[in-house]
Amino acid sequence: MIPEGQKNEIRAARQKSRALVTALALGAFVILMFAITIAKMAANT
Amino acid sequence: MTSVTTTADTAIPADWRDFLALTKPRVMSLVVFTGLCGLLAAPVPIHPVIGFTAILCIALGAGAAGALNMWYEADLDALMKRTQGRPLPAGRMDRQSALHFGVGLSFFSVLLMGVAANWLAAGVLAVSILFYVLVYTVWLKRRTPQNIVIGGAAGAFPPVIGWAAAAGDVTLLPLLLFTLIFLWTPPHFWALSLFVRSDYAAAGVPMLPVVSGAKVTRQQILFYTLPMAAAAVAPWPLGLTGPIYGVAAAALSLLFFAFACHVFANRSSEPAEMKPEKRLFAFSIVYLFAVFGALVLDRWFA
Repeated sequence: MIPEGQKNEIRAARQKSRALVTALALGAFVILMFAITIAKMAANT
Repeated sequence: MTSVTTTADTAIPADWRDFLALTKPRVMSLVVFTGLCGLLAAPVPIHPVIGFTAILCIALGAGAAGALNMWYEADLDALMKRTQGRPLPAGRMDRQSALHFGVGLSFFSVLLMGVAANWLAAGVLAVSILFYVLVYTVWLKRRTPQNIVIGGAAGAFPPVIGWAAAAGDVTLLPLLLFTLIFLWTPPHFWALSLFVRSDYAAAGVPMLPVVSGAKVTRQQILFYTLPMAAAAVAPWPLGLTGPIYGVAAAALSLLFFAFACHVFANRSSEPAEMKPEKRLFAFSIVYLFAVFGALVLDRWFA
């Protein structure tokens, strides 16, 4: 059984790392969509 | 439907590494490699960004299928030593999160493939995910010792998807690559299931060694090696590839057959004495990497 105080610490650390990974994934997705758009435009010209 | 109840402490969210583990990264490497080779072997050049996105989508689709497989099989995984440490049976994640992650990633990978490459590749990717989850995981795995024979088709789709992403069509060569992986899967998995037989027996999974015994499994491994070798070499005499691929595929298939003969000759039922089976399992992975690598080299030098 994990003590409540330690539980809160684990929860906060996991929420922070998950938020960071989500932000990085979203940033990568935006860059990828931009690159795909440029590649598609280049293919059509 | 599984009846396992989650032991995860729902108050603590799962770590992001556990979501990554749901995607079976080690299995994904072979899927990505064969998909990449299918893409590179296609006779049509593809823009590097589109090619990268197509491979990313294949990886995400495979990861999604793996996550949904772990969601459905949490009860089986809890019974096998090899899989007890996975996020769901270990209680580090609740099943609902795994389901949402798997379904979300499936839709994302298919839509991104359609937008970036083409909708034929997206369609084949969707079929491969559905085949792995519904046909193999839900329907076959717990019901028949032929689970791995038919279910093997799920892992055979990546070169077809890669080819379709680049060329926009599916011709004889990607279909032969599909056949090669389809016929390679049974000897690969049966070699593994021979030395982890007790795990499958404990979980009640009707793998061939559990249902029919080691002798029949060894016969079947040898039996499947012959059409697998034929499918591997076939592109060369059919004029679809050159001698680099043909000679490499023939030599590697001959080695595979020799290892399968060693397995056939082994009479032991003790995992500790199953060196031929372990050697065949390890070589089968090298075999697929090498055959597909030879295909790309052949294309480049042709």
